[in-house]
Amino acid sequence: MTTRKPKAAPIVINLFFAVLSAAILAPLLLVVAISLSSEESLLHNGYRFIPAQWDTFAYEIVLRNPLQLLQAYQVTIGVTIIGTACALLMTSMAAYAVSRRDYRYRRPTLLFIVFTMLFNGGLVPFYILVTQYLNLKDTLAALIVPYLVSPFYLLIMKGFLEKLPVEIFDSAKIDGASEWRIFLRIVLPLSTPALATVGLFISFAYWNDWWLGLLFIDEQKLVPLQLLLYRIMDTIEFISANMDLVNVNLTMAKFPSLSTRMAMAVLAAGPMMFVFPMFQRYFVAGLTVGSVKS
Amino acid sequence: MRILSWARAEWKHGRRNRELFMLALPAVTFKLIFNYLPLVGLIIAFKKYNFAKGLWGSDWVGWDNFRFFFQSDTALRITRNTILYNGAFIVLGTVIAIAFAIMMNEIGRRWLKIHQTVMFLPYFLSWVVVSYVTMGFLDHKSGFLNQLLTFFGQDPVRWYETSAYWPVIIILVYLWKSVGFSTLIYYAGILGIDSSYYEAARIDGAGKMQMIRHITIPLLTPLVVILFIVAVGNIFRADFGLFYFIPNDVGFLYGATDVIDTYVYRSLRVVGDIGMSTAVGLYQSVVGFALVLTTNYIIKKINSDNALW
Repeated sequence: MTTRKPKAAPIVINLFFAVLSAAILAPLLLVVAISLSSEESLLHNGYRFIPAQWDTFAYEIVLRNPLQLLQAYQVTIGVTIIGTACALLMTSMAAYAVSRRDYRYRRPTLLFIVFTMLFNGGLVPFYILVTQYLNLKDTLAALIVPYLVSPFYLLIMKGFLEKLPVEIFDSAKIDGASEWRIFLRIVLPLSTPALATVGLFISFAYWNDWWLGLLFIDEQKLVPLQLLLYRIMDTIEFISANMDLVNVNLTMAKFPSLSTRMAMAVLAAGPMMFVFPMFQRYFVAGLTVGSVKS
Repeated sequence: MRILSWARAEWKHGRRNRELFMLALPAVTFKLIFNYLPLVGLIIAFKKYNFAKGLWGSDWVGWDNFRFFFQSDTALRITRNTILYNGAFIVLGTVIAIAFAIMMNEIGRRWLKIHQTVMFLPYFLSWVVVSYVTMGFLDHKSGFLNQLLTFFGQDPVRWYETSAYWPVIIILVYLWKSVGFSTLIYYAGILGIDSSYYEAARIDGAGKMQMIRHITIPLLTPLVVILFIVAVGNIFRADFGLFYFIPNDVGFLYGATDVIDTYVYRSLRVVGDIGMSTAVGLYQSVVGFALVLTTNYIIKKINSDNALW
């Protein structure tokens, strides 16, 4: 499109985006800088982009007794893997059924599922259902089950599956294959790009979720990563959760809570900041398909 | 007789579609349990809920929960906040993202990739992590902004206690987190425009600005409209994480940051007024549903191609 462009404009625009990118990146760097500052310099000089005094002590504290962090990672990884697998299977099964134009209950099924996007009972009935009737409070299932089928992902998946050529299904049926067999042996292998895209969305949702934890998890052992970060936002709670650390020759006053909390945030959010951007392309592809086709 | 033959025909169809039905069954059952069954629980909105007496045993109070809610200042406050913030997000988010997308279309691929990746980064953070970032800036004692103010000889501001600044803070944080993402969506939309339009325009001697005004923007409109309908339909639903974690759930700021979703959550988990919480949730759902239907109806009147259904 831009084969013959005037020279000045792109440079100005590039410069504009360079400044913008720097401005967007800066807040993240501030968090990293705080985590790498010594506690004293933070108390005296406040938060700065360039630490007055570099110090990795905050990281040593967290990593010397990483149980809490590791446990949270374990919960989040487990929930993400199990949740994504189950959600992907349920979503693609239903999406395949409603993607088949000859399926008699295609429209009612679709309406039944999409209607839940437009109207819902709100937080309280959902909360009471999960805690009083399904008894899922303080279970791993409470972090997984509520997100299993999202109409939005189902529509994206359906959009992909509708592009598969109908002839394959017809010839498979003539050969006497059941729908289950067609789904498992033909549809799934043919739709790996779609599965990857939707799976990425689902795992991203599970990984970054704090909502279900906030509602249903009180027990320390089951706290997922994001909820852990929320809980230690409160200094007092952070120190009490790390009480055993304080015994290790640190008095309360010297406990590096400011920098350590930021170090915790870096260790909890950092790794995924390198993983998710690699899949950026799929995020956009999935969303444009979803929004145009829904 | 008619009914009998209808039933027989339907039974035959049912058998033929049984396998596909079974494939859809897990998802349908799930939706039944998690989205339709809770609708029964909406009766709590008309009750004084008591955990001991349970859903059915609690006493009926008619419209009391609603009356109480709408007579308080809270109703106006959280409704106004929810709509104004979401309205600002829709307008600013869309305009800025489209402007950025059009500008991106004018620069070379190599730098573009870097800009896009950096701008996209905040999108991958959860609101909890973002609240750490904002605390780095806004903390009373150590925060970067107050360091800056003191450096220039100004008095530090107690950000977490001064609600006047929060509309700006909330909108800035929202844009920071989401603008890279929405820019990419519109950029993808621009890339999808048939390049022969531009070639034809160039042959006719059209300038860059003319092409943007007469080709890019009109052809981007359907995408904008679709996203607009979806956003307006959701204008009554606030992003809980943004309004709960970023102001740190500080009571001082409720006037400027409390939205329907945070209010419902607090009524349920902190105050424990379950009936009221349900009533407000129902109010949110009903108005939200009406809004989706209305927007879609209006769009359909104007241009039926752009409507969602």
